[in-house]
Amino acid sequence: MSTASYNKKEQAAHHFDSLDQQHDAGKEGVWIFMATEIMMFGGLFVGYFMYRTLYPQTYMAGGDSLNWYLGALNTLVLLISSFTMAQAVTETMQGNNKKALKLVTITTVCALAFMVVKYFEYTAKIDHGLFPGFNMWDPASAVEYANNHLRSDAGFTLVNLQPGQELAPGQVDGKSLKLFFVLYFCMTGLHGFHILVGVGLMIWIMKRLKNDEFGPKYYTAVEGVGLYWHIVDVIWIFLFPLMYLI
Amino acid sequence: MAHHIVPLNTNIKTLAALVVLTAVTVLTAKFVHLGGAGNLILAMFIACCKAGIVLSWFMHLKYDGMSNRVIALCGLAFLALFIGFSAVDLCSRNQGGQNQYSCGFSAEK
Repeated sequence: MSTASYNKKEQAAHHFDSLDQQHDAGKEGVWIFMATEIMMFGGLFVGYFMYRTLYPQTYMAGGDSLNWYLGALNTLVLLISSFTMAQAVTETMQGNNKKALKLVTITTVCALAFMVVKYFEYTAKIDHGLFPGFNMWDPASAVEYANNHLRSDAGFTLVNLQPGQELAPGQVDGKSLKLFFVLYFCMTGLHGFHILVGVGLMIWIMKRLKNDEFGPKYYTAVEGVGLYWHIVDVIWIFLFPLMYLI
Repeated sequence: MAHHIVPLNTNIKTLAALVVLTAVTVLTAKFVHLGGAGNLILAMFIACCKAGIVLSWFMHLKYDGMSNRVIALCGLAFLALFIGFSAVDLCSRNQGGQNQYSCGFSAEK
């Protein structure tokens, strides 16, 4: 790639008619990838909706047990990073590679800050034995963890129901709470993996911006990474209220 | 296709709208209790508005050609099919002549 004998900023690759066609084809490819991302996360969201409908109170208790302050903080961090990424695309399109480099650097710092907050959230759960995996955890500890964080106006408590035991008034069987935490770890984990991939992509973009490789007619890579970063933000926009708030 | 450059001003307004809607999400979820699935539906409605803003302005769909819009809508349409048929399944499950789940709209058991 680096041995290309033509000026990428002014000339299309030989299999394209023009820079415009090259740009549109590349961008359309990224959009098709975005559609597959929507459908991949969609499967997990459908799982969440179905089990939430089956066990609404368990999911409310599970949501209460998460720290929504940290979730809201991460939402703000991602929104700001989305803004700096969008502005980086604007600057690249105007040929300001230096300014774009600064903006992508801020985006990367935000992405890493997001992962640091996630680290604290995950360890808070793992310290209580809520670690994802086979033979995951004692159901009693999950129920206890959620009960300790329930809102005072919830009007119920979860119990780890034993065979033959009857539910007292105001008690809800917490047997599906494990699945809430499985969904929590799977959905935020897959999302976190996307953040890490995004960091890798942005390091690649930063290197190319530093080398002044982009111009007003050649900026598809920055725009494509931007689209990817925004879809990661969109997924978090749905994850935040579903997991932390309601 | 036109290379539309989104000005800084527009990006700032988009960010401001998203932050305000995030605050609305938190406030309605924490202080407005609609009962049943009301809060879920409200939160998802606000989230859809936020996603629409990100797709239109940050992801440039507002200025983009028809083909990219169609691709994005295809992804969303298949997701809607998936969610829709799953909801039909869940809402039509009957046990002893009574709908057991009623999709969260009834008072919780």
